[in-house]
Amino acid sequence: MDAGEALLLLLLIPGAAMLLTILVPSRHADVVRWIALVATTATLIDSIWIFAVYDFAEGGYQFNLQYPWIENIAFLGENGISLHLAVDGIAAPMVLLNGLVGFAGVLVSWKITHRVKDFFILFMALFTGVYGVYIGQDLFFWFFAYELAVLPMYLLIVIWGSTNKEYGAMKLTMVLVGGSVLIFIGIFAVFAEAGAGTFDMAVLREIEFGRGFANTFFPFFMIGCGILAGLFPFHTWSPDGHVAAPTAVSMLHAGVLMKLGAFGIIRLGMEILPAGTDFWMPVLLVLGGVAAVYGAISAIHQTDLKFVIGYSSVSHMGFVLMGLGTMNNIGVNGAVLQMFSHGVMTALFFAMVGGLYDQAHTRDIRVFGGLVRKMPLFVIFFGIAGLTSLGLPGLSGFVAEFHIFVGTIDTFPLFAALGILSAALTAIYVLRLMGRAALGPFNPRWENLKDLTRWEIAAAIVLIAPIIAMGIWPDPFIDRIAPTVAELPKIDQIGGLFTLSSLTGR
Amino acid sequence: MDLEYQLIIPEFVMAGLAVLVIAAALAFRNVDQKWFGYATAAALAVIAVVTAVAYWNTNDDFGGVLAVDHFTVLFRVFFLGIAFFTVMAAVQFAGDRLKNHAEFYGLIVFATLGMMLLAASRELLTAYLSLELLSFSFYILVGFNKLNPFSNEGSLKYMLLGAFSSALMLYGISLIYGVTGTTTYSAIGPDVVEGTRNIAGQLASFAGGSGGVDPDGARPGLLIGLVLITAGLGFKVSAVPFHQWTPDAYQGAPLPITAFLSAGGKAAAFAFFLRLFSEAFLPAAAEWVWFVGILAAVTMIVGNLMALQQTNFKRLMAYSSISQVGYLLVGIVALDAANITQSQDAASALVLHLIGYVTTNIAVFAAIIAFYNRTGRDDIVDLRGLAERQPFLAFAIAAALFSLAGMPLFAGFATKFIIFQAAFNNGFLWLGAIGVTASFVSLYYYLMVIKQMYLYEPEGSDRARFHVSRPLAGALVVLVAGVLFIGLYPTPLFDVIHSSTEGLFEQAAALSAAVVGG
Repeated sequence: MDAGEALLLLLLIPGAAMLLTILVPSRHADVVRWIALVATTATLIDSIWIFAVYDFAEGGYQFNLQYPWIENIAFLGENGISLHLAVDGIAAPMVLLNGLVGFAGVLVSWKITHRVKDFFILFMALFTGVYGVYIGQDLFFWFFAYELAVLPMYLLIVIWGSTNKEYGAMKLTMVLVGGSVLIFIGIFAVFAEAGAGTFDMAVLREIEFGRGFANTFFPFFMIGCGILAGLFPFHTWSPDGHVAAPTAVSMLHAGVLMKLGAFGIIRLGMEILPAGTDFWMPVLLVLGGVAAVYGAISAIHQTDLKFVIGYSSVSHMGFVLMGLGTMNNIGVNGAVLQMFSHGVMTALFFAMVGGLYDQAHTRDIRVFGGLVRKMPLFVIFFGIAGLTSLGLPGLSGFVAEFHIFVGTIDTFPLFAALGILSAALTAIYVLRLMGRAALGPFNPRWENLKDLTRWEIAAAIVLIAPIIAMGIWPDPFIDRIAPTVAELPKIDQIGGLFTLSSLTGR
Repeated sequence: MDLEYQLIIPEFVMAGLAVLVIAAALAFRNVDQKWFGYATAAALAVIAVVTAVAYWNTNDDFGGVLAVDHFTVLFRVFFLGIAFFTVMAAVQFAGDRLKNHAEFYGLIVFATLGMMLLAASRELLTAYLSLELLSFSFYILVGFNKLNPFSNEGSLKYMLLGAFSSALMLYGISLIYGVTGTTTYSAIGPDVVEGTRNIAGQLASFAGGSGGVDPDGARPGLLIGLVLITAGLGFKVSAVPFHQWTPDAYQGAPLPITAFLSAGGKAAAFAFFLRLFSEAFLPAAAEWVWFVGILAAVTMIVGNLMALQQTNFKRLMAYSSISQVGYLLVGIVALDAANITQSQDAASALVLHLIGYVTTNIAVFAAIIAFYNRTGRDDIVDLRGLAERQPFLAFAIAAALFSLAGMPLFAGFATKFIIFQAAFNNGFLWLGAIGVTASFVSLYYYLMVIKQMYLYEPEGSDRARFHVSRPLAGALVVLVAGVLFIGLYPTPLFDVIHSSTEGLFEQAAALSAAVVGG
């Protein structure tokens, strides 16, 4: 497929929307909102198109587009630093995910009234940065986009956040940027070691780095990116950040941003330094397994709705890291599926919690009860997210987690058991949450609650559609992901490529 | 000798301009003082444009004393630009809070002249005199607000330590002269090759235990002279542990002078540093690279850690600029005697980072000056609620601080990326790693400032929105645009810089060819 301009549009549309928003006087809040909505609609359509048109029979990197930026000067050779964009079968679903979550994020942000203009400028910067990471093929711009995705978080949380926002924002920013220090050092080392005079990943992938070098610098990428994916024991920024952030930012944050971490481990670690995977991937698997159980247990104890979901994100991202750690085709496949599935699911969770919090001004589970009487739609949507989270067959979470467990059983049976245990723990906190807040005796204090606004309903539908689609018909995803995963270096092939598809009625 | 005097016309014009501005104040007593400022700025802009257009492709070395090459012209334009923006930012400030405006502007022009000569010098005494012209102008300017005790204190400290560092440097120069018998860079270079070879030979003979010391051979004086000059330069650029004067001088000086000092003063000292070390001392790189490396590391670490505890914005910027000196020194460390290409890359990276840093720093100070003009306060907490009162100033400050922290979209990201990569390529992994970590620490204190502006509501009696005067706002827009441009597309600038640093290494290239050949 050669239509790289479609990828460029993913950066240009939100970028242009950002500039346009800067020019609009701040009193025209509605104009600002509509600009954001039009821009995210356009990027969503573009993302869907890219996902659909990605030629899975051909596989590999497609939509290549490369403009030199600085070349043939100083230590930079040909294409030294270039704007190089491309997607493979792993990036394609991630692009779609970002399109969906960004669009839904704008919808639920419709009711923000404080400094609307500033909010959407920063939102668009974040949104552009995330796309840049998914489609970037040059280490300089990849890292540029990575930082761009992290940086606006600080202001977004500090200005529009709630609950201990100063602390949460500073902690989040410092921990994440601390992680990117490691990535930064790793990138420099890779460039100097390669001696190819280019930051182009396509070139660096072809270079075989020595085992010693790879073993030394693989953890720079694994931990540096892993921090963003909630890698245990560096995950503590994540629940604090989620709780402090405004709704749309929590959605993007848990839904997309944390996936950047796992994605970075694939892009920088597994693809560029495959020689380091033998030693480090088992470590990642163990840490992921610990995070899965630990996150689930922590979630059981929380009373703040957002903390529950925050820790559940840590737990689910633990599954992703476990899946990557298996280094076999089914496990890694599952990890990518889980990245997508958890992305839409958690965005839905946060959208719903935001809808509740804006009216109730509390998120304490203990004070709610019988919300189904006042907010039936809320309960239905929230329930779908919860059921996805605990892995109900027919919804996307099941497909993803099943892959991960099958992959893990093959290599580390003990950890597969641990993973399944944490899926069971998930059921405990999700069902407890539902039983307590949504059902149960009605608390008269909530007599005046209204159901979701139409913007929130629209957002929820946009997010639920892919959950169900992937749950009952995962083939479009697996078709794209599996061949790409199979081509990753050092991946064990266990079983056929489409093992699960046959189980789900292919 | 046929010298092309027309090539140093800009310097003559600058000297004339300085005298003219000061004299004009005597002639036009009834003119609004701000016109001296605007006239100076206009003259500086014209000189900068003419220099850039007319002198780019000229070359003469004035018998080894001054060089007018690409490097000189680049820095001329750069310094004129710094002076232009300083004056633009200073006009309203000077009108409100200073007396004797014409002298103020005249001294700025004199300081700029010193910078221009310093970048062009290829002879130690010429460089020393230029540096003194620059320093003396700054001693007066720092104490210009003579009714303010802080200003006096800062000026006194600066002058005493400055005199001390000049003495160190002079002693170093005299040692170098004693050993090599010359003060021109072009003649020192070959001698340094000889001298270091002999040091190495002597050490080898000690190690071998033969005890045969060649009386003509070793020249420890050369190394001591080098250390003394580095220490003197360390004072001028305020590298740790020679930085103690910096916070006091920065805090005491009138704000535009703080800006000028942190931008122009540093840039000039680094132009000198770079030319001296690449033309004269490069062959001895193995001798000095370790202590400059340690200097860089300590400067980055201490500068950033000290900045964490500051409550005054000017002192914060003082420590922040100290840490930036650490990053710039990384560029010096990345010079490599054996690899001229690498050296030139490192020098270009250094100049690129210097230009990025200076643009950013002037932007911060221009915005703070605008804020100070309205409020007369410069503590960090005073910035509370600035985003409500003056969104543009808050945005400019936030953008510039993010740039100093090395965040993407802004100049700091691209320039730091390139300068650290130069260190990595030369094998200084540890230094690059310290640099990246240090700039991560710096994000914390920059965020503390940004938090004050964006998180809190305005406090105190004066909470109204306010306007920034047009010339200052215009200058600020240009500076912020520059910060963004360097951050997003440094390619053209980097091209220019790379072609201007070429001349610095011609001699070293010839020498290393000779060494390899011999």
